[in-house]
Amino acid sequence: MLHRALWCTVKLPCTRDAWCWAMPAKGVPGLVTRSVARAAVRMADEVVEHPITRDQALQFYRHMVLARSLDDRIWLLARQGAIPFAVSGRGHEAAQVALAMALRPGLDYTYPYYRDVAFTLALGLTAEDIMLAAFARAADPSSGGRQMLNHFSRKGLRIVSGSSPVGSQIPQAAGTAWAIRLRQEDAVVMVTFGEGASSEGDFHEGLNLAGIHRLPIIFVCENNGWAISVPERLQVAPPGVAARGAAYGMPGVGVDGTDPLECYRVAIDAVARARAGDGPTLIEARLPRLDPHTSSDDDATYRSAAERAKLAASDPLPKWRHRLLGEFGCDAHHLAVIDEEMAGRVDAAMAMAEASPAPHPDSLLDHVSSGDEGI
Amino acid sequence: MIAVTMLEAIRQVLREEMAADERVVVLGEDVGPRGGVFQTTAGLFQEFGPNRVLDTPLAESGIVGAAIGMAVAGLRPVAEIQFADFIHPAINQIINEAAKLRYRSAGAWTCPMVVRVPYGAVHGGGLYHGQSVESLFCHVPGLTVYAPSTPNDAYHLLRHAMHGDDPVIFLEPKRLYASVRQALDASCPGTGAVVSRAGRDVTVVAYGFMLHAVLDAAEQLAAEGLSIEVLDPRRLRPFDAEPLFASVRKTGRLCIVHEDNATCGFGAEVAALVAEHALFELDAPIRRITGPEIPGVPFAPVLAQAAVPAVADIIRVLRDLCLY
Repeated sequence: MLHRALWCTVKLPCTRDAWCWAMPAKGVPGLVTRSVARAAVRMADEVVEHPITRDQALQFYRHMVLARSLDDRIWLLARQGAIPFAVSGRGHEAAQVALAMALRPGLDYTYPYYRDVAFTLALGLTAEDIMLAAFARAADPSSGGRQMLNHFSRKGLRIVSGSSPVGSQIPQAAGTAWAIRLRQEDAVVMVTFGEGASSEGDFHEGLNLAGIHRLPIIFVCENNGWAISVPERLQVAPPGVAARGAAYGMPGVGVDGTDPLECYRVAIDAVARARAGDGPTLIEARLPRLDPHTSSDDDATYRSAAERAKLAASDPLPKWRHRLLGEFGCDAHHLAVIDEEMAGRVDAAMAMAEASPAPHPDSLLDHVSSGDEGI
Repeated sequence: MIAVTMLEAIRQVLREEMAADERVVVLGEDVGPRGGVFQTTAGLFQEFGPNRVLDTPLAESGIVGAAIGMAVAGLRPVAEIQFADFIHPAINQIINEAAKLRYRSAGAWTCPMVVRVPYGAVHGGGLYHGQSVESLFCHVPGLTVYAPSTPNDAYHLLRHAMHGDDPVIFLEPKRLYASVRQALDASCPGTGAVVSRAGRDVTVVAYGFMLHAVLDAAEQLAAEGLSIEVLDPRRLRPFDAEPLFASVRKTGRLCIVHEDNATCGFGAEVAALVAEHALFELDAPIRRITGPEIPGVPFAPVLAQAAVPAVADIIRVLRDLCLY
């Protein structure tokens, strides 16, 4: 049940929800009309089971809460001037945790982008790792304080270091998937990016390559509707990012990125498909960006107060809490204990990172190159 | 040992390295059954098969991006950019990604990747098949830039590049692909600057096709009693400056020759290094002989010829410099 193919059951939650881009069977990915999609969804509704246990559901919650608490604290630290800059993944947590939980950290490669706090925490980074990067400490395991925070890297977990120019990780991820294919390994690659990055040429070059060779890779667009101040309607031509999958010969799956179960189902399926040699999948998860682009941005200049207030309604965290209490039968006290535990972790991580030494100025020239050019 | 062309030398080292190390893959446009538009990879597809010699889509950013991702996964990719003129879409992948990967991960991730780049003016190449792009990459910390000028150096420098752990821009002077033959040395002659011709009166730094033009000029000037020392940098970044300083101490005069235009070109760096470190060794102002300040080499044969420094130009400037 867990690995059930779900191409037909995926809903596009957006307001212009007219199409479900899907792969109805083992065939050519194609356009499924609204009625077919709805029928498929109805069919799916009749057979839906939770793909995760209550313990797993609580594990999802722990990662989500830890990411949220870290983001909240780091934002505050930036506002206080204690750290130079903050960028958050608030609103993206449900999708990110679900995606990461479908992978095997240390075996599967990931190419995250700068909102992926919850994603990388669920892959194995710790609150300390995130805080050390926020404070740009020498012990920052991603970059030794060289990169802005949220430029995640951990070789042991196969989390590949990324840059700030958006989309450039996409062809690299395809290259890693190509290497996996050439060596006939069973790892897969997951690369994430925003809908702004889907406008970059590298998006096309990476998906095209993956489609041609049916590479073991999952492309994930975390579509929050905003590339800094530019809204989706000025970024992506209808019918949207997921629809492009068909053009590259892969399923394009739209999913409600605030629903971790839907995201998990879609991710499990895409990962299984990649691992089985059936090729890549493009996932478009719709989710809110609850914060301004970064601490240097003021979203009041382009999002109305009403619009911003409305975002809270799509916050995945209270929605998941509600479902844990309802569908999963968790008790409120247990969730409160988790909340407190995660707040404690953030406190401890912050204290540790703050006390941790900055990089030594003498390390400025370290790691530019191997230094063996002249041999 | 039989003499080989630069093209054959490059092909030979690719073949030997692919046979010796299964992590080596070759990728690019037309590198497969076609063997590359210059035939550099001819026979490799037939010998090593489609899992080692990879024809890519026509997308330079994707080629270099994919090569980076392969290097990340433990392969040793050698990517071919068909002409230097087409490398510009890949600049972000080279400068922002490959060159910074080691630094930005504090040494955790490395990018052992070679990007082979045929460059320089050729007859009938036009604006987009004849550019010299070295200064774009010589500016970038994290990259190693080789510019071999002989078959032997192409052979040994490429092997060295493929054994290293850094991203390499390997500039191949396509006008020399088939025009010079040379027997290959058994061992690597080093990768730094070397004196190609010893002399007393002027030090001339040149690489690629211009190295051979300068050697030609030096031979003609020798008949006039002028003794020209020719220095081949071989590795443009990091540049091996000590042999340059030693040469300038001996000659007291410096000229740099390249096809690329002068402004912020490689010659500007060489001149600045000598100005900083060996100014009082000089008996005359530093001279540069370069391509003109035009965006590319034109198609019309008359214009193309005028766009590349000629042996006669080099002779005239070096004679002036000797008599200064």
